[in-house]
Amino acid sequence: MACEQAPLLQVENLRVATAEGRPILHGVSFHIQPGETLCLVGESGSGKSVASLATLGLLPKGALQVEGGTITFAGEALLGASARRLKALRGNRVAMIFQEPMTALNPVLSVGRQIDEVLCCHTRLDAAERRAKTLDALAQVHLPDIQRIYGAYPHRLSGGQRQRIMIAMALVLEPTLLIADEPTTALDVTTQQQILTLIRELQQRHGTAVLFITHDMGVVADIADRVCVMHQGQVVEQGAAAQVLGQPRQAYTRQLLAAVPALAPRAPRAAGSAQVVLDVVELSMVYPGPRRLLRRSPGTCAADQVSFNLTRGRTLGIVGESGSGKSTVARCLMRLLTPSAGAVRVTGKDISELSAAGLKPHRKRIQMIFQDPNRSLNPRRSIAQSLIEGPMNYGIDRAEALTRAQRLLELVGLPADALGRYPHQFSGGQRQRIAIARALAMEPDVIVADEAVSALDVSVQAQVLELLDGLQQRLGVAIVFITHDLRVAAQLCDEVLVMRRGQVVEYGTAAQVLGAPQHTYTQQLMAAVPGKAWDFSAAARS
Amino acid sequence: MSKPVSLGLPAPRRRWAKLPRPPLAVALAALVLLALIGMAVFAPWFTHHAPQALAPALRLKGPSAEFWLGTDAYGRDLYSRIVYGARVSLTVGLGVAVFSVAIGLPLGLLAGYFRTLDALLMRVMDGLMAVPGILLAIAIVSLSSAGLATVMVAIMLPEIPQVVRLVRSRVLSAREEPYVEAAVLMGTSTFKLLARHLMPNTLAPLIVQGTYICASAILTEAILSFLGAGIGTETPTWGNIIAEGRLYFQLKPGLVLWAGLALSLCIVSINLLGDAARDALDPRMKKR
Repeated sequence: MACEQAPLLQVENLRVATAEGRPILHGVSFHIQPGETLCLVGESGSGKSVASLATLGLLPKGALQVEGGTITFAGEALLGASARRLKALRGNRVAMIFQEPMTALNPVLSVGRQIDEVLCCHTRLDAAERRAKTLDALAQVHLPDIQRIYGAYPHRLSGGQRQRIMIAMALVLEPTLLIADEPTTALDVTTQQQILTLIRELQQRHGTAVLFITHDMGVVADIADRVCVMHQGQVVEQGAAAQVLGQPRQAYTRQLLAAVPALAPRAPRAAGSAQVVLDVVELSMVYPGPRRLLRRSPGTCAADQVSFNLTRGRTLGIVGESGSGKSTVARCLMRLLTPSAGAVRVTGKDISELSAAGLKPHRKRIQMIFQDPNRSLNPRRSIAQSLIEGPMNYGIDRAEALTRAQRLLELVGLPADALGRYPHQFSGGQRQRIAIARALAMEPDVIVADEAVSALDVSVQAQVLELLDGLQQRLGVAIVFITHDLRVAAQLCDEVLVMRRGQVVEYGTAAQVLGAPQHTYTQQLMAAVPGKAWDFSAAARS
Repeated sequence: MSKPVSLGLPAPRRRWAKLPRPPLAVALAALVLLALIGMAVFAPWFTHHAPQALAPALRLKGPSAEFWLGTDAYGRDLYSRIVYGARVSLTVGLGVAVFSVAIGLPLGLLAGYFRTLDALLMRVMDGLMAVPGILLAIAIVSLSSAGLATVMVAIMLPEIPQVVRLVRSRVLSAREEPYVEAAVLMGTSTFKLLARHLMPNTLAPLIVQGTYICASAILTEAILSFLGAGIGTETPTWGNIIAEGRLYFQLKPGLVLWAGLALSLCIVSINLLGDAARDALDPRMKKR
């Protein structure tokens, strides 16, 4: 390693603490060579974003402060550099892209103007030269019809296009270092693949070094030259990507890799009971369009003739990208929405047209687990109050409901004294366990889980998936599992239904759909899964 | 799988134990407000002159051992008038705040939750808001006698739409929260849904709004008194003390300033307590 050139960015023994003195980073060290990609990978709270923000001098003032260590960029010490010098470096030499491109772009300026502004601040080019350079930057990120895009406002563009704009803006000054903080987390898998390819391509063309922050091991496998694994404010392991992912030395890295779900579908389970608990027939949902002067403009068809059924104790996965209509289907099943057409039969009874009062006896048959455990529990009500509310609505007395709640908490792996606590005293994974317990308290036949593990860290996600699987075996509940993550679907589902623009494109057993996809769209989805070529479980075993 | 996970958290404490230790300013505000309320309730104990007792020979005297803050243009003891004035001002302020919240909260909850009711109710509220508050109050007071109750109703009426709008907007955003949907799916009745899951969301901003209404009602009452549409000068209020003192401000600034000081202290204290209550009631505002 001694013969290598000097690193572009060198972070040595960086220590960051909160204003109250609680340490966040305990002596973090890493470096990036010119032109290489370093992935900072870790779960939430590991300090990976704090490390990158400290590099640019962007730590929130008054909340976090650097306690010690050095940061050297191209031979220049950044800690202690003036705010003015740091500002000049940001943009010119170091650029950054963020997770959510919509909030990073100014909604009232056209995207062309926003890129132009960057050039205006950092170069002495005249207006015509700036325009030419901006258009060139837009062309480089493969945006179509760049003249139109130049004048377009952010809300007119798709998420992927916005992230391309952010990349164009970041790279227009040809920085030597690009810091990308979870740039593809908010994007669909096919879009994610395109953005990763784009970053790679631009990196090779301009020789930019990339500090890529992610929690997704699949993305790491696809893009990293070197990997730096962080855990609780410390660097656990770093080295070449093949080495860290292939022969991890640390237990934590192995644990992280083992938690990545395999893409191979689970072994088929013997069909148990033949009782159909959920039968959906030609379900359609059309959102009415805005009212015009004389007539309504045509509505949006979010679900079009969706049909499937589910027997007791089985799991059906509904997969698709954002906007495919999978959440609309879930909300129609739960009758949070009234479907425009079709039938939803829960244990034989069609609930699609029942009134609110008529619905009540059937509500408890089908329960839901939501995506965000931070918002699905009322922050002002204790866990006991949340868990007994449903059973008490159906006439069970308080004492019995409490006993049931206690039993359920044990079932989902939480201590019984959790009953008296409030949601903010639990971690995200624990809250999702509570949400599962709440759904089970109703003793439903069907549970609809809408992206129930998407907001969780990968190791927590693995635990919750294991919990769901175990509960299903024990209680025989049927699960509709809605996800955008094909790995998760492969792990859990017996049958898989692929949706696109409100329509079912493929429906069959997991082995058929994920093992040998027939439809081109399913094939595209499978091809876009990050790190698909990498067998994480093998690495974790080694 | 079912092995309990240790949480490593302190045992849950009782609600009062969770309230944060009040900073000095809040403690001071509470003390000032308590003192004002005590003064108002036990006014005869704190004064030795009747607030209405005229003494034309002693008009516009400076502070003395007999008249602590001096006398006004009719020789009445200014200190006694301010102490008794606290009665009307505090009654109007607290009464208007409590009643407008008590009326506005259920209306706002209904408007936010039932979409059909919303259109009707909010047009009525828009109509109320379109009339300038002071003008409406003067109209109401001049239609009936200028008693305490009339003044309170007159001040309250324009405040209700503010409360309804605030509650409605909180309900509109809270009803989209997954925990509200989860309650719907668990068969929770509409009444319980409104009372347990939606109303608590509105309380924190309502407390702040309530203190604002309280402060603004005290001021509006003063304005009405000043315009001659409020409570007559035979009953002292901070408002009509200031209004009367205004004529002699250059001669005896104390006539305006002492009542003004009481008014300001009262309003600042109420606002400080409102902010503190908001922070204490919302579990998410707590940092630790």
